[in-house]
Amino acid sequence: MAFGPHLLLATLEGLVTAAVLALTALGLSLVFGVMRIVNVAHGEFFMLGAVLAWAVATALGTHPAIGFVAALIVAPLVVGAVALLSERLVLRRLNYDPEATIVATIGLLYIIQQLALSLYGPEARPVTPPFSYRVLLPWFGYSGYKLSIIAASALLLVATWLVLTRTRIGLVMRATQYDREMAQAFAIPVERVYAGVFALGAMLAAFAAVLIVPISQAHYLMGQDPLLLSFIVVIIGGLGSLRGTVVAALLIGLSDGIVSMFFSPTLAKLIATLVVAMVLVFRPQGLFGTAAR
Amino acid sequence: MAELLTINGLDCFYGEVQVLHGLDLVLNKGEVLCLLGRNGAGKTTTLKAIMGLVPAAAGSISLEGRELSTLAAHEVPKAGVAYVPQGRRLFAEMTVAENIEIGLMARGKGQATREAVLDLFPRLRERLRQRSGTLSGGEQQMLAMARALCLEPQVLLLDEPTEGLMPSMIEKIRETVAKLRGLGVSTILVEQRVEAVLAVADRVAFVENGRNRETMTAEALRADPAAVKRYVGVG
Repeated sequence: MAFGPHLLLATLEGLVTAAVLALTALGLSLVFGVMRIVNVAHGEFFMLGAVLAWAVATALGTHPAIGFVAALIVAPLVVGAVALLSERLVLRRLNYDPEATIVATIGLLYIIQQLALSLYGPEARPVTPPFSYRVLLPWFGYSGYKLSIIAASALLLVATWLVLTRTRIGLVMRATQYDREMAQAFAIPVERVYAGVFALGAMLAAFAAVLIVPISQAHYLMGQDPLLLSFIVVIIGGLGSLRGTVVAALLIGLSDGIVSMFFSPTLAKLIATLVVAMVLVFRPQGLFGTAAR
Repeated sequence: MAELLTINGLDCFYGEVQVLHGLDLVLNKGEVLCLLGRNGAGKTTTLKAIMGLVPAAAGSISLEGRELSTLAAHEVPKAGVAYVPQGRRLFAEMTVAENIEIGLMARGKGQATREAVLDLFPRLRERLRQRSGTLSGGEQQMLAMARALCLEPQVLLLDEPTEGLMPSMIEKIRETVAKLRGLGVSTILVEQRVEAVLAVADRVAFVENGRNRETMTAEALRADPAAVKRYVGVG
C-alpha cells in the first residue's frame, strides 16, 4: 500500500482509539472537575460496561443488532446504578476527602474486578458487531462499524457539551465545580450533584466500553489500559476541561494509531509518556486546565 | 419591632478550635443590624453558621420560629436567607447572566425578579454576556448582591461589601442597603469601617471572642464613640 492510503488507514484507526478514549477520559475528568476526586476505579466501570454488554447480548440471543442496542442502553444504566451505590456507601461517608477517596476507589477497583472474575470468569469473550458493513474507499475497505464508533462518540461528546453549557443541570454542575460552598448557599444540593456526576462519569466509560467491545473482547482485566490512558489524557488536556479532554484524546489516539502503524506500539507509548512528562513540568494544570485557586 | 431571626447560645467550631461561644443575636424585621468587631472575633463565622455552612455545635438559629440550624446548608436559602460573602465569591468562569440565573433558581424565581434586580443595578444589564471574573471590583460586588437578591430574601447577610471599593461604589452599596430596608429586607451587615456602619445601621452588635458583648442603637453609638474603641480598638 502506498504511503497516503497507509496514513489514512492509520489515521482512521487512531480516530477510533481517540473516540473511545475521549468518552472514557471525559468521565474521569468530570468526576475530578466537579467532585475533586481521583477515581481509580474508573477503568473498572469501563470493564463492567463491556462485561455487561456481553451478558446482555448473550442473554437475548437474538439478532446481533438488537443485542447490541440493548447492551448500549442496559450496560450504562446498570453501571450508573453501581456508581450511585458506591457514591452513597463509600464516597459520601468519607465526605469526599480527596486522599481518603483515592484509597477507597482502589478498594472499589479490586471489589469490582474480583466480582467480575467470580461471576464472569477469566475468559475473554467477544460480542458480535451489530452490523458488518464495509465502506469501500478507493484504496481499501474499512469497517463501517468502526466509523460508527467515531460518529457515536462525537455525538455523545457534543451532547455532553450541550448539557454542560446550555442547560440548568450543566449550570448547577459548573457552579458546584467552581465553588461547592457557594453552590450550597444558592440552594444547590451538592451531594445530589456529586452522586449524579459520579454516575454520569461511570456511564460514559460504560458506553465507551460497549462501543469498543465488538472490535475488542470483554475481559475482567480490561479496565487497566483505559484507566492509564484516561489519566494521560486528562493530565495533558487539563482535569475538568471537556475541550482539553477531546484535544488530548485526539493527540494520544492519533499518535497511537499512526506511530504504531509506521514504527512500533512501544514508541507510541513512549511518546505519550514523554508528552505527559513535559506537560507536568511546563504546564502542570494541563493544556486547557486552569491553575488551582 | 418584631423579631425575625433569633440566635441563642450558638457554639461553632473549626475543627478543634471553638470560634463562637454561646453567641446571642436578634435581627428585627426591616432593620439593618451591623456586626462590629476585631478580625477573628467571629463575625463571618456567625454569617456562615446562619447559612448552615459552619455547623452549629450548640444553640439555635430560628427564622420566625423555624429552626435553621438543623437544616441542610442547601435548604437555608430556600427558607429566605441570602448571603453575599466576603470577597464576593462569584462563579468567576460564568457570565453575569449565568450568575444571576443561579440566584433565580435557588427559590424558583422568574423573569419579574430578574428585571427588578437588574433595575437596581442597571450597569449589570449592559454586561450580561461578560464573564463575571473580568468585571471591575465594584461591578463584581453589585453582581454578588444582585445574585443574592434574586432569592427575594427576607434576610440578607452582607460580609464586608465595601472592602476594597472606591468611595463612589461604597456610596452606591450604602444606598442599595438603605433601599432594601425600604423594601422590607432585613440585613445583617459585617463591616470594619465604623463610619459606613453608622451611615446605614439601625443597631450595632459588638462581637468579641465569639460572643455578642453589647448591642446598641446607631444613635447610642454616635453618642458613645468610646464603645467602638472598647470592642474594635479604634475610635
